[in-house]
Amino acid sequence: MTKKMAIIATKGTLDMAYPPFILASTAAALGYDVQVFFTFYGLQLLKKDLSDVKISPLANPAMPMPVPMPVFVQMLPGMESMATMMMKNKLKKKGVASLEELRSLCQEADVKFIACQMTVDLFEFEKSDFIDGIEYGGAATFMEFAGETDICLFV
Amino acid sequence: MDFQKELDARGLNCPLPILKTKKSLADMDSGQVLKVVSTDCGSVKDMQAFAKQTGNELLSQSEEGGEYVFFMRKK
Repeated sequence: MTKKMAIIATKGTLDMAYPPFILASTAAALGYDVQVFFTFYGLQLLKKDLSDVKISPLANPAMPMPVPMPVFVQMLPGMESMATMMMKNKLKKKGVASLEELRSLCQEADVKFIACQMTVDLFEFEKSDFIDGIEYGGAATFMEFAGETDICLFV
Repeated sequence: MDFQKELDARGLNCPLPILKTKKSLADMDSGQVLKVVSTDCGSVKDMQAFAKQTGNELLSQSEEGGEYVFFMRKK
């Protein structure tokens, strides 16, 4: 019988966007039937335009920095954009796929993306902001699939 | 070793070598051999795990000058 994996993606930052897409695409390549349920900030990962997906050095003490940086410097305007740009350059240099690429590889491999309808309404997102080929559902929709999975993760 | 198709996965990092291997195998016939060249040292364990879980046979793997070469026979 086909193995199954379900992931709940709740984070909308650049670093936390990677695990759901990496695991979902890899599981699909291994023959798993995969669903990812995007809720709260995770919904950002379904937007057509992923430029709002950023990384902040603030409150992120484990983030490797080229030079030690006091917290009050991390708060300055532009620091988030700079950290995001640096991280994206590093990812590219190391041959790590972009989020867009991993996401489309997931879709090509028939990973099912489900957007949490409640949080779409809560944040007043427009369905036209999201990529095509996704479904909208609630907790019960997720449970129906999650209840039969071999792997179920909360990211 | 004879092979019918070659995948250049140099410079790609996890999970791209695996995803591209999967894609390359999809266009091949059962029994055909795919050669994969990777520079990602993590791909050594990952290719073994991929073969084990998908049933495609990892015929050989070797390392030379920081490049990893795999031969995989499609199930």
